[in-house]
Amino acid sequence: MFNTFKAKAEAVSSEVHRFSTKDEALGFILGLLSREGIRDSPQYYALWADCPFLKGIDKKRIAGKFPGLRFEVTRESAAVAKIGISQMDWALADTGTLVQDATAIDKRLVSTLPEIHVALIETSKLLPDMESVLIRMSPKEASYISMITGPSRTADIERVLTIGVHGPVRVVIVCVDAMGGTA
Amino acid sequence: MSKLFKQDVNNALENANLAGALTRFSEAYVLSRAKAYEGIDFEALRTRIADIKGYAAGHFGDLADEFTKNAEAKGAKVFRTNSPEKVRDYILNLAKELGVTRVVKSKSMASEEIHLNAHLEKNGISVRETDLGEWIIQLAGQKPSHMVMPAIHLSKEEVADIFSKETHEQQSSEIPRLVKVARNDMRTKFLEADMGISGANMAVAETGTIVLVTNEGNGRMVTTLPKIHVALIGIEKLIPKFADVAPILKALPRSATGQLLTSYVTMITGPVPNTDGSMKDLHIILMDNRRTEMAEDPKFKQALQCIRCASCLNVCPVFRLVGGHVFGHVYTGGIGTILTAWFSEMKKSEEIQGLCIQCGRCREVCPAKIDIPGLIVEIRRNLVKEEGQSLAQKAIYSVVNNRRLFHGMLRAASVAQRPFAKEGFIRHLPLFLSDMAEFRSLPAVAAVPFRDRVKDIKQPAAKEKAAFFTGCLIDFAYPEIGEAVIKVLNKAGILVVFPDDQTCCGAPAHYSGAFDVAAQNAVDNIKALAGADVKYVVSACPTCTAFLKYEFISNLENQGMHQHLAAARLLSEKTMDFSSFIKRLVDEGRLTLREGAEAGKITYHDSCHLKRTLKVSAEPRELLRQSGHEISEMFESDMCCGMGGSYSLKNPEISSHILKRKLENIKKTGAACVATDCPACVLQIRGGFDKEGSGISVKHTAELLAGTLE
Repeated sequence: MFNTFKAKAEAVSSEVHRFSTKDEALGFILGLLSREGIRDSPQYYALWADCPFLKGIDKKRIAGKFPGLRFEVTRESAAVAKIGISQMDWALADTGTLVQDATAIDKRLVSTLPEIHVALIETSKLLPDMESVLIRMSPKEASYISMITGPSRTADIERVLTIGVHGPVRVVIVCVDAMGGTA
Repeated sequence: MSKLFKQDVNNALENANLAGALTRFSEAYVLSRAKAYEGIDFEALRTRIADIKGYAAGHFGDLADEFTKNAEAKGAKVFRTNSPEKVRDYILNLAKELGVTRVVKSKSMASEEIHLNAHLEKNGISVRETDLGEWIIQLAGQKPSHMVMPAIHLSKEEVADIFSKETHEQQSSEIPRLVKVARNDMRTKFLEADMGISGANMAVAETGTIVLVTNEGNGRMVTTLPKIHVALIGIEKLIPKFADVAPILKALPRSATGQLLTSYVTMITGPVPNTDGSMKDLHIILMDNRRTEMAEDPKFKQALQCIRCASCLNVCPVFRLVGGHVFGHVYTGGIGTILTAWFSEMKKSEEIQGLCIQCGRCREVCPAKIDIPGLIVEIRRNLVKEEGQSLAQKAIYSVVNNRRLFHGMLRAASVAQRPFAKEGFIRHLPLFLSDMAEFRSLPAVAAVPFRDRVKDIKQPAAKEKAAFFTGCLIDFAYPEIGEAVIKVLNKAGILVVFPDDQTCCGAPAHYSGAFDVAAQNAVDNIKALAGADVKYVVSACPTCTAFLKYEFISNLENQGMHQHLAAARLLSEKTMDFSSFIKRLVDEGRLTLREGAEAGKITYHDSCHLKRTLKVSAEPRELLRQSGHEISEMFESDMCCGMGGSYSLKNPEISSHILKRKLENIKKTGAACVATDCPACVLQIRGGFDKEGSGISVKHTAELLAGTLE
């Protein structure tokens, strides 16, 4: 199922990376922050919305390494952030889709406004298709269900596909096999 | 057709930008759609959607109640009204009350339907469309030309000019650059706006959820950044269950853009937190605007099953030439013609309904299983009922309904034309008593019609008999096709009888909305054919076949002429199109075509009624191959040739443009001959090639098969 997911996600211009442990995934994300020049200045912030992945991670220590990395998400900081990081609840193999209960505002801000959205997902949360997720999620509990399939796109001018209109220009999917591991 | 409308159509036809963009898209669309649906049982999927939406259309009141209850329980405010005016007032009052000055909108066709933007702006509220295409249109002060791709008619250079004006800065026409301009400009608007207005693709009664399907990400911005969210939704978006979302989500992106899923799907149930920690002020407006009334109409109810994918626009041979502007309203194309008749007024659809050529391609791809061409004919029927037929039409149909007079006039025409006839083609002469356009040559009315010639044909004795229903074209213009049919059938040991009293099948009257005339044609033909003691009725005209098989019954039913139904059904069972019948005879070993011999390279044109009404496309190809022909397939072989019966008389400009494409596609195959099973397609295509002076021959399948028999 992972291979299908990866193929479908890449077909819609998402980037897919898979790691067996949380440590490796964290290492990858920090590498990305460094490559993207994250620093304490507008347009170069990275915002990380609260999520299970962060449990047991020494936020202070990594924030110390990257002064532009913030765990407090506000409208103002999101508007000038380069990277937004959040954890998704499910992923759908047949369309390469990420699914999240995004009722909490910080989750919506980090995947809506920044140029790059880093989406964490536990590999075991992969489902085959839309039907499978709609029976697992209930709008009674999740007021804002957000499904993301690749970066923001348009073909409104001359039918030419162009990536990154209003939302993220890049969607970087980080699959983690063992989410329970220590960091 | 009014002069003004005709001018609109001609302007559109001459707009190379528009036709180029739409045609390129429609060509690519067919492929991407097919790819997106790979591995999916489309028939099963669309049956499910039709069931869901059909049920909803029958229960709007209950579903709206249930939706309201559930959405309000979650904290949303729901406003229901039938009146567009009340919708506008509600939003304006809300804006005034809450001090709203800046609105950002994601796409909502319902808001366009009621001209919401103009109303708000008139009252001092700035409204920004945020969908890229909608914004371009807004800046240009134009109307969308396509329901999914509103600015498809504009070139990147035109967009650059529009953006340069708006930003007071010269913008390059590089598309990624232009998109970036929109992104930057829009960002501040999203962040500053006091109110977001969206539409919705679905509204789930069971949970009070609204579902938004978007690609650009503006829908998420509009529903996240401003503190007030107004969702304006037509009640036809209501669906009963949350589980009903899945099938619609499976079809909508695939049918709309050939995507497996759009970039974003957002499901909102009640207010969510704002960025300052307060809760969203969520207003959901369920707008009726005649939808309930439409749902009560037994015929038009099905149009409410539409999920707004616009695939009926994308496959339409006419839409890709004229675009959406000529429709003069927010909803365009096939489904737009129907919705305009209801949401706007029947009168408005009077001219646009005439654009439909009845080729049936849209019915084939509609993910909600709506019989769009059927409903357009139904509009014609209503217009005929309300306003009567034109005098000219009345005169024609009174003739058609009197076989002796009709055939007498055709015979008279054959005499009158004689001095002008040239190699079987005439110019400037009436066919079916009407002026024909000059973009193609016309066949001469035969000096001796088939009904006379048949009497001189010596047929071998045979055990089995079939009645031959020729239709007007074979009888009076192409008797040689009729002779070929007899030759092939005789070879298979079948005696062909020609019941003399047969007359026009009623298609011209039917497609003009004169169902009563068509029903009378049905009765006359049923009587004429009932007299022949035969096992089969064969026709070499797919339109006639479709009428004998299906439309006789439907027209008798809708005219309440039930006394003829039993005979109509019997006739329906006996009726077969030429190729299917011959294929059966070959399969039964009763006929051997000249297998293995070489008869040269040809190409095959699928006629609309054979392919899509009778579902026959493999049979003629197989027969032609068996008789030694090599078939080189043309691009879009099942695209209409532009004939459409009297359509080519009413809309000669459109008809000739469609024909031109067909001729080009035929020529590209390099074949010296094109075969088709429809005499009307023969007329159109042969006339086009004759006018061009190219030597490509156009033959009915029956002629080619007869030609290879000993």
